[in-house]
Amino acid sequence: MFENLSYLVLQQYWWIIISLLAGLLVFLMFVQGGQTLIYTLGKTELQRKMIVNSLGRKWEFTFTTLVTFGGAFFASFPLFYSTSFGGAYWVWMAILFSFVIQAVAYEFRSKPNNFLGQKTYEIFLFLNGALGTILVGTAVATFFTGAEFKVDTMNLVDITSNKLPVISTWEGPANGLEAVLNFQNVALGLAVFFLARILGILYFMNNINEKEIFARSKKQLLINTIPFLVFFLFFVGRLLFIDGFAVNPETKEIFMESNKYLNNLLQMPIALILFLVGVVLVLFGILKSIVKDSSNGIWFAGLGTVITVFTLFIIAGFNNTAYYPSSADLQSSLTIENSSSSFYTLTAMSYVSLLVPFVIAYIFYAWKSINNKKIDTKEMEEEHHLY
Amino acid sequence: MLESLDLSTVDWSRGQFALTAIYHWIFVPLTLGLAFIIAIMETIYVKTGNPEWKKITKFWMTLFGINFAIGVATGIILEFEFGTNWSNYSWFVGDIFGAPLAIEGIMAFFMESTFIAVMFFGWNKVSKGFHLTSTWLVAIGSNLSALWILVANGWMQSPVGMRFNPDTARNEMVNFWDVLFSPVAVNKFLHTITSGYVLASLFVIGVSAWYLLKKRETVFAKKSMIIAATFGLLSALFVASTGDGSAYEVTQKQPMKLSAMEGLYEGKTAAGLVAFGVLTPGKTYDDGKDPFIFKIEIPKMLSMLGYRNAAAFVPGVNDLANGNPQYGLLSANEKIERGKIAINTLREYKEAKKTKDTIKARELALNFDENTVQGKAFLADYFKYFGYGYLNNPKDIIPNVPLTFYSFHIMVGLGFYFIIFFVLILFFVYKHDFENKKWLIWLSIITMPLAYIASEAGWIVAEMGRQPWVIQDLMPTVAAASQIDSSAVIITFILFAVIFTALLIAEIKIMTTQIKIGPKDGGTN
Repeated sequence: MFENLSYLVLQQYWWIIISLLAGLLVFLMFVQGGQTLIYTLGKTELQRKMIVNSLGRKWEFTFTTLVTFGGAFFASFPLFYSTSFGGAYWVWMAILFSFVIQAVAYEFRSKPNNFLGQKTYEIFLFLNGALGTILVGTAVATFFTGAEFKVDTMNLVDITSNKLPVISTWEGPANGLEAVLNFQNVALGLAVFFLARILGILYFMNNINEKEIFARSKKQLLINTIPFLVFFLFFVGRLLFIDGFAVNPETKEIFMESNKYLNNLLQMPIALILFLVGVVLVLFGILKSIVKDSSNGIWFAGLGTVITVFTLFIIAGFNNTAYYPSSADLQSSLTIENSSSSFYTLTAMSYVSLLVPFVIAYIFYAWKSINNKKIDTKEMEEEHHLY
Repeated sequence: MLESLDLSTVDWSRGQFALTAIYHWIFVPLTLGLAFIIAIMETIYVKTGNPEWKKITKFWMTLFGINFAIGVATGIILEFEFGTNWSNYSWFVGDIFGAPLAIEGIMAFFMESTFIAVMFFGWNKVSKGFHLTSTWLVAIGSNLSALWILVANGWMQSPVGMRFNPDTARNEMVNFWDVLFSPVAVNKFLHTITSGYVLASLFVIGVSAWYLLKKRETVFAKKSMIIAATFGLLSALFVASTGDGSAYEVTQKQPMKLSAMEGLYEGKTAAGLVAFGVLTPGKTYDDGKDPFIFKIEIPKMLSMLGYRNAAAFVPGVNDLANGNPQYGLLSANEKIERGKIAINTLREYKEAKKTKDTIKARELALNFDENTVQGKAFLADYFKYFGYGYLNNPKDIIPNVPLTFYSFHIMVGLGFYFIIFFVLILFFVYKHDFENKKWLIWLSIITMPLAYIASEAGWIVAEMGRQPWVIQDLMPTVAAASQIDSSAVIITFILFAVIFTALLIAEIKIMTTQIKIGPKDGGTN
């Protein structure tokens, strides 16, 4: 089946999967957003317990999605993996640290004699929530603004000079941290941070049955929506009018094209429609929750997030665009064609991707069976396994 | 290139990977084995309906949860370190190596994380049958994740199912099934997961023995012990047989590693297996000193195990470094020369492509095409030694012999001890005489840390013994690293060391507290 597709179609198929995983990951970062609100929304120990336990039953999905996202990116576009991770060392390491401390925080938080104390584990959750979202957003923004790397496979065969034979090298001294000097990158980071908080709030409104938490959530929803809109619109507004990194489909040469990302939206109307639908769904989810006290806003805003992020990735990589552009050496920029795995590997992995609907089905089934009612105070008293 | 190069980035990256892998491996084997032990216990509960078994299951499940979380925390780093610290590696073999990592996520991690939630939160929400199925799926999921990462590791030790593409300057997969079913990968998988079962069994026995020492929870402790000792004995026997299979594969695919494991410097026919030995300190491969101060050998056994032939010749470190024409072994210098020719051929090809010298490029490309006579010869005689081209000296191909030797012998020695230990436990538990045997109770407690030592020692053999290779014969570790400043890696190394140590202390404190609380109220579970 997949072996009959062209190499380019397989590369596009995998870019679609990566984009979808990215969308799902940002949606699932409601866990991270929620982690930054434990003390804002929970004023009593019991309320905080409900919040942490509500998140604690979902954090592994975000975590697993992140790991799968990394693995899938590695398998399908290994040159990105080696270039970005090995180059923007500090950014990725900071992200990883924030996830390391998250992974133990839930399980260890309320256990007796836990060495670092409950507060420390809560700080871990906060750090993960803030750093994880801001840095992921900032890193993804470099997909549009560029990063300081060079790729030269000739380095591999250089055994006479006095340096490591490394193909991908970072040209700046800050190893990725320089991304924060570009406010457009930071704006996306902050937009993701506030979006994650919005999604976290909507999730609590859906998952926790407690009046005070609900009321505070509603209030916080408005407070977080404003900065989200400011940063998001700033990012998108600039994105539409900056010069983008285009690829000549014939020569494969990279060149700067004005309004490239706006052009991508206009030249791929389906992307434009999806983008608008995504943004509208996010806003609808928020508004519905504010105006109608609805508790199912998370589904609209969540779906909207998946679609919006998906579309952003599509316009980063499709329509002859370099998805990981190099500001240090234009021709080193990564495209879905020059950075992908071989035809064989993409084909084999495409068969593996057929498992995904099956995985989603069992996740849905398993969760429905244990999670069909909201968390309430009664459950906190009766449940033995608590975070 | 090695001699004049600043290797601190490579060394610290190795240190960081070793640190994170060693920490990760403190937690993973317990997860692998305890998951099955819990599943067996819950099965007995469902079959018998005896609530005592539910209590037992829930108690061990609590310890499982604590251990699982920290395994996850240490595991995520490893996946991304391939990119952050070994970026050249990620490109050179990412086409093959990335696939198992992705499959691990899709196939195993989601299964684990979904059903672990049912396992912990589903007791009163789903049917007994569904709960039991979920517990088994957690066990299967965690072992499946081990499968994929061990397939990836096995491939590094014995690269198969791929060809080199000179245009992309990387190895590309041509046969997925060869990668998955490579004998090295299969043996490694079976050997490693069953060693996890042994460790988990020893953990359960050790904790149970502590209750017997304190004269509490005796029924619980003995029931747990029976399960663990039975499961452990079967696993330990399996570990021994897959260990034999692994050693056989090492002999065939990584002869230098085998020589280091055995401290064998001068090759010989009908070689004996060192059962116990003390190495001469400070020995170098060419100093002519006796490698051993003292050793006890089982005659002909090494030839037998390595080649299934008691008279076979087993090459030693010196045969592999200096060459041995009688047995058709090339010297390291010869391989280094050939590797350099392979690298230079690739360089010429790439230069020809760059200068658009199509005739020359086409001619040189034939060297990398296995369907041509020229290509077949070049791949077999030169490209096979590609990685050697990055080295300069015969000593570069020799791993740390004492570390490999002692780690190997500690692992094997403890492995056999565990078999005897499980038999003893089963014997006295069935005789209903266990509580009176103070020495055996203490032995059970002392044996618990030995399981961890054996398990880590196994990985040291596998990973230190294969140096200088990150991919056997194709890429030395030195050529695999990222180009980052060593100070950056030093800082992250220290951060990891501090945070993992803090988390380990936290885990041990939480676990021991839960053990002290005991199964009476099932812990906080």
